[in-house]
Amino acid sequence: MLSFNSSNIISKTKTIGRRMFLLNSFKAIVLIGVFGRLVSLQINESSKYKSLADKNRFRETKIAPPRGVIQDYFGNEIASNNKIYQLHIVPDSTPDIDALLFRLKNIINLSDRKLFLLKKQIAKKKSWDTTIISDNLTWPEFSRVNLFLHELQGAQPVVSIARFYTDDSSAHAVGYVSEISKKDLRKKKYLQNLNIEGVAIGKTGLESSLDEQMLGSPGYLRYEVNAYGKKIQQVATDNGLKGKTFRTTLDQSIQKISTEALKNVSGAICVMDIYNGDIVSMVSSPNFNPNSFVHGVSNKEWKGLIENRDKPMLNKAVSGLYPPGSTIKTLTALSALENDIVSPNLTVHCKGYIDFHEERYHCWKKKGHGVINMRTAIKKSCDVYFYEIARRLGVDRLSKTAKKFGLGQKVLTHFAEEKSGIVPSTKWKMQNIGKNWYIGETLHTGIGQGYFLSTPIQLCLMTAQLANGGFMIKPRILANNNDKTGNLQKYLDYKKTNPNDTSWQGKFSNFNVKPLFRNQENINFIKDAMFAASNEPGGTSYVSRHLSKKFMFAGKTGSSQVKRFTSAQREAETKQKDITYLERDHAWFVAFAPVKDPKYAISVLVEHGGSGSSAAAPIAKQVIKKVIERHEARTKQVAQQSSEDT
Amino acid sequence: MLYSRKLLHSPFAIRDKFFDLDFTLLFSILLLGIISIFAQYSSSGGQFDYHSKSHAVRFCVFFLFFLVVSFINIRFWNDYSLLIFGLLILLLVAVKFWGVQSQGSRRWINLFVFNLQPSELMKVGIILFLSNYYHKISSGDVNKFKYLFYPLLALIIPFMLVASQPDLGTALLILASGIVITWLSGVKWRIFAYLSGFLIVLAPVAISFLKPYQKSRILTFLNPDSDPLGAGYQIIQSKIAIGSGGLFGKGFLNGSQAYLNFLPEKHTDFIFTLYSEEFGFIGSAFMIFLYFMITFRITIIGNNTRSIFGKLYCYGFATAFFIYVAVNMSMVLGLLPIVGAPLPILSYGGSSMLAMMLGLGIVMSCNVYRNNAVG
Repeated sequence: MLSFNSSNIISKTKTIGRRMFLLNSFKAIVLIGVFGRLVSLQINESSKYKSLADKNRFRETKIAPPRGVIQDYFGNEIASNNKIYQLHIVPDSTPDIDALLFRLKNIINLSDRKLFLLKKQIAKKKSWDTTIISDNLTWPEFSRVNLFLHELQGAQPVVSIARFYTDDSSAHAVGYVSEISKKDLRKKKYLQNLNIEGVAIGKTGLESSLDEQMLGSPGYLRYEVNAYGKKIQQVATDNGLKGKTFRTTLDQSIQKISTEALKNVSGAICVMDIYNGDIVSMVSSPNFNPNSFVHGVSNKEWKGLIENRDKPMLNKAVSGLYPPGSTIKTLTALSALENDIVSPNLTVHCKGYIDFHEERYHCWKKKGHGVINMRTAIKKSCDVYFYEIARRLGVDRLSKTAKKFGLGQKVLTHFAEEKSGIVPSTKWKMQNIGKNWYIGETLHTGIGQGYFLSTPIQLCLMTAQLANGGFMIKPRILANNNDKTGNLQKYLDYKKTNPNDTSWQGKFSNFNVKPLFRNQENINFIKDAMFAASNEPGGTSYVSRHLSKKFMFAGKTGSSQVKRFTSAQREAETKQKDITYLERDHAWFVAFAPVKDPKYAISVLVEHGGSGSSAAAPIAKQVIKKVIERHEARTKQVAQQSSEDT
Repeated sequence: MLYSRKLLHSPFAIRDKFFDLDFTLLFSILLLGIISIFAQYSSSGGQFDYHSKSHAVRFCVFFLFFLVVSFINIRFWNDYSLLIFGLLILLLVAVKFWGVQSQGSRRWINLFVFNLQPSELMKVGIILFLSNYYHKISSGDVNKFKYLFYPLLALIIPFMLVASQPDLGTALLILASGIVITWLSGVKWRIFAYLSGFLIVLAPVAISFLKPYQKSRILTFLNPDSDPLGAGYQIIQSKIAIGSGGLFGKGFLNGSQAYLNFLPEKHTDFIFTLYSEEFGFIGSAFMIFLYFMITFRITIIGNNTRSIFGKLYCYGFATAFFIYVAVNMSMVLGLLPIVGAPLPILSYGGSSMLAMMLGLGIVMSCNVYRNNAVG
């Protein structure tokens, strides 16, 4: 490269210099042109443009697009849109804003406080910005405003649409919408360029997680105004694009029954399709009226909701954390069988308690169950039997099985408020508490007490995965049109039509199904024990059984301690209903139905309900009946959906 | 690695080199940057939020970047220009496949931290590449057919890639900067005449490839009043805003036209409109003066640089910078159709800011190392 002689550089420099001079002259001309244009616009014709800017300008108001609808599995609208009447004012268009507000005060109901707030709000904004005086006028108010409109210059009655929830039963799953807060603006990027007056956005549940897609894109109304701000003509409108509609897997009629079943108690119900993971029902009680939030909830109502002992705003199905109690015994037993720790024939003598390392561990039955085997232990929910199993199994193997069946992690993806719960293990304790594990804690863990925490949806998933023969499923709350039959269903159909194909064990990966067991016999054993607990005399939920084969279910009760029984209480045989409400045990019931050819799994939680068999199982019985009755309609819907797709 | 020791000198050398910076250029850029923060503040409706904040942060970061680039030996840019150009082409191709789509065009590539717009960087890349190319070949060869082939490819490939995103404005700006360098290097008028003749023949074919909105923009430019509420709307509103600003402007944060949301891209392409409405003729003239000073100083640096690479780069960048400013201003003043060209430094946009600061940094490096020979 250094071989270039200097004459080459000189000749190049000359050419470049000469041409750059030409280019600079051209630039000077362009510069003069731009500058001249600026002079002509801003100095010579300035007055013309000033009057154009003042007299004859266009204005634009953004229009909130209709929000996407949330439907249940059958297309019924759970969260729909309703026509509402609003009153807007533009301060620029009225000769005297105070007089207008005073006049309005008499026509529609405006409190002094609201008026004060409105004036403050108006003062903060530009004079051509729209302010919403009232976003939900009653029909009489709206017609009165229209009647007096000739003396209300600057006021605009507007017919708009807003969110409307058809009933409260899905309040927690669907969530609610409300006006944008400063925090929302900071956190949610998609809102920052929206800038529409009075648009409501999703705050919890599906409304929140699907918010961006359901918002749609805003439209606008462009119109020309004169010097006095009066509208001369509308020049362009664009109604925007309606947000996306979502079909959920929920069944509104089951939602209603579930809500009704939990009417007087605090708790949650989850129902799941055990093959494809569709959440058929998910309710939390007590619930709230989501419609109250759409136009801003009143202070009094909000305070009432927040201070309520039963926490109505909490979606207990996914965010309520409770020890799983005896419902976990199914997994304790399964884990012991799968790891070849014990055989189902192992018998233990329950005398009502067991002494271990100088400490006494009690069975729930003071008199004891006598000599029992595993099936009976599950059927009667004997604690002593499971202390023994847990002792032999160890907590780490149990926690591995529990995690495999979905405990300790979030089940759904659509709920920001969902909790993951805790599956204790020696490692967990070291990391989170910083102490070594005590063997005594293993015994408590084996019966679902101690550090164990889970949500109703997790236990529902656990039961579903036991009921379907021990296969992993991915629960979902949004219906997927393309998914006609899941992989698991295909696999089971294949197994049914080819009973002689004994090599089906090897076909798991072909069908993309994931077994959670080592030996399926163990799963079947647990299912049979659950059948015994519900349908054989002496079973914990025998009283709540369905006699009809069609509705017959198999389930496991559970009661999780909130506060330990003192020895004095134990001696006195204190009944749950005699202790203070907040110290009573939580009642659990998990089940699958129908027993023959199971289709659905359910979990019921009743906060401070006392015992699972008396508080939770009767509720499950009621709901299961409805779920099975609706099964036919549900399969029809699947068939219809798939024919629509093809 | 060859230059790792020579690229950045010891602290003492840096101190010596510090006084080789062109302070007129440096302060003009700094002042423009400060004005841009105020303008962005106004465009977000008088809030230090969202894009005004991120614009301010970007300016500070990229200004430091500019200073760092200033002390990198000019040889580095000469030696790696082909590599940089190649990399940018690859990025443009990557955008075609994995680009982020927004409002109908695919221009960005997601780098997780931010979205990069490679076409903006190409504005500098093409100048680097062609300066290096003409630096290497001897003056007698410039007009030989064999030596015209690479420059022609270097002009066409980026243009096609960017125009198909679609982003006609940026593609034309890249093309223009490339043509300027080839012309400065002494390619004969005749060759340009042939090529433009060829293009005129091809024009009807090219027009059929334009998107409908691009066609309507060009037609609207020819007669804006034909459709005052459609595509001509922006031009009219921009003229009203600037004109109504008058001699002294309406004052900071008081521009009514801009606030009324007439300008959909008031923080990017139409930032000058907003500024001009608020600060009037005086403010606009001052801004034009600042831009003039920047191009003027770059040209002077080009005069003082000894290497052909440095000269070509400085002249090329000065002209390109001038074109960006002139095109943007002509656009908002209603002298050109709306093609989507940001105003350097003032407009919101990270990639555009990055490209301009990189470009200016290399210019500054030409000044700092003006007496160095380049390979």
